[in-house]
Amino acid sequence: MYPKSIKNSSRFVNVAYRISLPITILLWLMPLAAVMMTSIRSIQDINQGNYWGWPTSFNFIENYMMVFQSTEMGQYLLNSILITIPAVMGAVALSTLAGFALAKYKFKANIWMLAIFIGGNFVPFQILMIPVRDLTISLGLYDTHMGLIMFHIAFQTGFCTLFMRNFIVGLPNELLESARVDGVSEFKIFWHIVLPLVRPALAALSVLVFTFIWNDYFWALVLVQSDTVRPVTAGLSSLQGQWLASWNLISAGAVVAALPPVTLFFAMQRHFIAGLTLGATKG
Amino acid sequence: MQDQNTPTLRANQLRDKPPITRRRFPKQLTPWLFMAPALLLFSLYVLYPIISSFILSFYNWDGMGDKVWVGFGNYVELFDSETFWIALKNNIIWMLLFMLAPPIGLAIALFLNQEVRGIRLVKALFFFPFVISQVVIGLVFTWFYDPNLGLLNSILEVFGIQTIALLSSEEYVTYGIIAAGLWPQIAYCMILYLTGLNSLSPDQIEAARLDRAKGLKMLRYIILPQLSPATFIAVVVTVIGALRSFDLVATMTAGGPWGSSTVLAYMMYEESIFNYRMGYGAAVAVVLFLIMAVYIAYFLTRMLRSES
Repeated sequence: MYPKSIKNSSRFVNVAYRISLPITILLWLMPLAAVMMTSIRSIQDINQGNYWGWPTSFNFIENYMMVFQSTEMGQYLLNSILITIPAVMGAVALSTLAGFALAKYKFKANIWMLAIFIGGNFVPFQILMIPVRDLTISLGLYDTHMGLIMFHIAFQTGFCTLFMRNFIVGLPNELLESARVDGVSEFKIFWHIVLPLVRPALAALSVLVFTFIWNDYFWALVLVQSDTVRPVTAGLSSLQGQWLASWNLISAGAVVAALPPVTLFFAMQRHFIAGLTLGATKG
Repeated sequence: MQDQNTPTLRANQLRDKPPITRRRFPKQLTPWLFMAPALLLFSLYVLYPIISSFILSFYNWDGMGDKVWVGFGNYVELFDSETFWIALKNNIIWMLLFMLAPPIGLAIALFLNQEVRGIRLVKALFFFPFVISQVVIGLVFTWFYDPNLGLLNSILEVFGIQTIALLSSEEYVTYGIIAAGLWPQIAYCMILYLTGLNSLSPDQIEAARLDRAKGLKMLRYIILPQLSPATFIAVVVTVIGALRSFDLVATMTAGGPWGSSTVLAYMMYEESIFNYRMGYGAAVAVVLFLIMAVYIAYFLTRMLRSES
């Protein structure tokens, strides 16, 4: 283990380390803590400039009620859910199929297809922007949930395919072969043998991609213009324009927008990190 | 591995399956059928648009009327424009300063790589900023920098330093946004290194300890070489992140004041969406793409080499 475990160090070092942990956490998350504090402040506190001191009253319920009652935040939140969930399911489904093809079939273009999927995942969004916008308009999907869903499925397929391919490569070939010997069709092999085995990978991937899509801001700006479709990221920044001085309200909105991916992260931390650090340990 | 399997598979099929099935359903087609849906969507939404943007960059187009061929006109104008050079310079500053993320991430990972009670939660909390939307991060930092009520100025006041309106200062604004961007980026690098530290070879470390390797020397000669896969990914992801920077610029300053904090990604968006200059915007996108293509190619060759 590196650095050396402090278990064998002096009592002083141990105590100092344990005290330093919460202090560094506090410093690291200070900007965030401030937002959470502000989201429960009263408007009087805000007007008097009491941003960083102790709140004079705790308006937790009032502020969060107000976010949902007097702004479109509820609608934005719903839109994000309506966009993110189908997009995650679509991307994961398509990439499991493609990942299986790249992992378990040897064909000439294999490595090139993999390269295209990985490379496409790294391109700047701007090079896609105008054609994707035109395409979405000509498909009649501009300013609809479906327009965003389609793009996210297509784009995330790149990363997802790499992820699923790397997972499926590790499955034993013997399993597939013995099925083939028995005359099982290739699709049935996929459906009945591969799919049950990749379930843990599907969970990890879904959590990760959910966060990516939920937090998208650029495409929400480019492909959407009305409140009935706008997801929570773009919604929050339009809220910022409308409620300029009501920082308590805006920060409550920010907390609401951040909550779903954060909850998912803490609930499925292990999966999330496994997905994100893919390749960090092997050369 | 599949190399060796294929011939046996073919032999099996020849034996077990009636020839008709084979002819209707050639074996070579199977992987393409599995890939078809993904490949179709990916081509439509990613591959074709890249080509299409390249072509568009040689035209003038307002998004509605006819496209007018201008050859390299957009590029000539671009290289003459002051905004472009400001954006490019800012992108370079982003890249250089973003390079702080891997070493800081490593430092935090080393600090947190202990087994004490509650350390799992501490690690999760350190990673936290990465999970939050950049829009929220932009909002948090806009506020942190606010000249009247921001915490930054309150702190500066305590130390008796002149307060500043960071985001309205042409000189400092880019640094302010980069600091916000570094926050989640450091978190990401940290988690990469924590994973790397978990899989160090204990034998090598023990052997080095017996040879009395210590501290920085140990880190430099024993630990870092073993962490090189993590470093590689951290650097690539950080460079790409710096070049992709859009969300924070858009939410914190919209490129201001007077275009001083713009980056290529934001400039492209502004020219196309606000100024209706799609062809010119496409030219900006092409330049950004070409810069990034260098890194993508580097990443791909290294990655594919390790695959084969």
